[in-house]
Amino acid sequence: MTYDLKLRVWRGDASGGALRDYTVPVDDGEVVLDAVHHLQAREAGDMAVRWNCKAGKCGSCSAEINGRPRLMCLARLSTFERDEPITITPLRTFPVVKDLVTDVGFNYRKAAEVPAFSPSAAQPQAPFKMAQIDVERSQEFRKCIECFLCQDTCHVIRDHEDNKAAFSGPRFFIRYAELEMHPNDDGDRRQLVQQERGLGLCNITKCCSEVCPEHIKITDNGIIPMKERVADVRYDPVRFFRRRQGNPS
Amino acid sequence: MQPTISGTVLLAFIAYSTWAAFANSDYFARPYISPFYSPCLASICGSARAGSQHVSAPHVGIFGPWWAISPAILVLIFPLGFRLTCYYYRRAYYRAFWQSPPACAVGEPHKRYSGETRFPLILQNFHRYFFYFGLIFNAILTYDAVVSFRSTTDKWGHMGLGTVVLVVNAALLWLYSLSCHSCRHIVGGRLKHFSRHPIRFKFWGVVTKLNSRHMQLAWASLIFVALTDLYVRLVASGTITDPRFF
Repeated sequence: MTYDLKLRVWRGDASGGALRDYTVPVDDGEVVLDAVHHLQAREAGDMAVRWNCKAGKCGSCSAEINGRPRLMCLARLSTFERDEPITITPLRTFPVVKDLVTDVGFNYRKAAEVPAFSPSAAQPQAPFKMAQIDVERSQEFRKCIECFLCQDTCHVIRDHEDNKAAFSGPRFFIRYAELEMHPNDDGDRRQLVQQERGLGLCNITKCCSEVCPEHIKITDNGIIPMKERVADVRYDPVRFFRRRQGNPS
Repeated sequence: MQPTISGTVLLAFIAYSTWAAFANSDYFARPYISPFYSPCLASICGSARAGSQHVSAPHVGIFGPWWAISPAILVLIFPLGFRLTCYYYRRAYYRAFWQSPPACAVGEPHKRYSGETRFPLILQNFHRYFFYFGLIFNAILTYDAVVSFRSTTDKWGHMGLGTVVLVVNAALLWLYSLSCHSCRHIVGGRLKHFSRHPIRFKFWGVVTKLNSRHMQLAWASLIFVALTDLYVRLVASGTITDPRFF
C-alpha cells in the first residue's frame, strides 16, 4: 500500500545548511534509503547521498536517522510511526561534503596508521595453518563493513574534535585486537595502542557496539580485551617483575 | 530512561550501604553475619550490638580495641573497588552520573575529555587486583553461608530463611565475579592460541557465556547483597524472627 511519508532532510554543504521538509510517496516494505531515492527522483535531483549495495553489506549509506546513527538501507519504514516525519542528517562526527555525504577520510588515515600483520619467524609466509577455534575469534572482527557508524557515535571524537589526532576509534581498536589475537602474528601493539592510538580515551560506554549493523561485540570482544592486554604490559606489577626476571609477558 | 534507572538504583545502594556500614550494630544474629561486616578484622566484633543485647560475632582481632568505629569500613573498600572499576558499572555510572555520554549520539556537556588516561580514572586499569581480592571475599562469604547451616548452639543440620539468603548471596557474588571481563582475560582471553591450550579455552568458553550476563549478574548481586544485610539486620535487631525449615 502506498502512503505519503514526511521526510526532514539536512541539505547544505561545508559552509552550512538546514533541515528541509519533504513529502514522498512510499510503499509498504520499503526502507529509508528507498524513500531518499524517491525524493531524489521526484523533488531533489541535486541531493547528494552515498549508497551502493542496498543490502547492508557495503557500509556506504550511513546517516543519522532521527538522531541515531544507522544504515539507511537497513532502516525499515515499518518501524517508524507513519504520521511522524523521519529526520535524516549526515554523520555528525565527520565534515560534510554535501547534503548527506560526509568526508570519512579520517578513518582511512587511521587505517594507514595500523602496523601491518607481522608473521612469526616459524611460519613467515602464507598459507598459515590455523585451528578453526583460532580463526573464529578474529573472524568476528572481519565482518566489519566499514560503515563507520561506530566511529560516528563514539563521543570521544563526536563531541571532542580535539581528540581526533590522538584517537583511532572503535573500528580500528578491533583491527588492533584482531592482529593481537592472531596466532601467527608476532607483533606487539599494546604500548602503541595505549600511548599513541588513544585506547585509554575509551570509557567503554558501548555505543559502538549498539550501532554496529554487523552486531560485532566491539567493546566486549575487542576493546575490553585490548584494555586488559594493555593492563598486562603497563599496569600489572607481577607481570612487570616477571619480565624483569627474563620471563616473557 | 535507562541511565536514570541505573543512577537511581546505584544512588539507593550507595545511600543504604553507607548507612549500614557506619551503623556498627545489628550485623550478627547467630549463625548469620551480614556480608558488609564479614570478615570482621576488629576485636570490637567480640561485643557486637544486636538490638538491646551484645553478642560475640566471629572475628580476627587484627585491629585491637583501639579501633572504635565500624569494622565494615576495613573491608568494604575491596568489594566497593571491584564494583567501581567493573567494566559494566563504569558504563552505567559514566552515563548516569558523569553524562559522558548521557546516551549514545547525545551530546555530552563537558568541554574537555581525557577518558581513562589520567588520575584518578587511570586507576580503572587496576580492576584485576580488586577481582583477586573479590575472590577471597567470595570464599569467606561462602564459608559464612556454609556455617549458617548450624543452629544457634553451633549444631549442624539447621536451615532457616537466613541460610537460603546467605547461600543465594554467595552464589550471586561468585557468578558476578566469574563473569567479569578481567576473569575472562585471565582464564584464557590473553592467549593467542586457543588451540594449544584446550583446557583454558574451555574455561574461557564458560566465562564468556557468563560474561554475556554480566550486567544482569552485576545488578542481581548488588541488590541481593543489600537485601542480605537488611535481612540479617532485621533478625539481629529482633524486628523479625528467622523462619526455620529444620
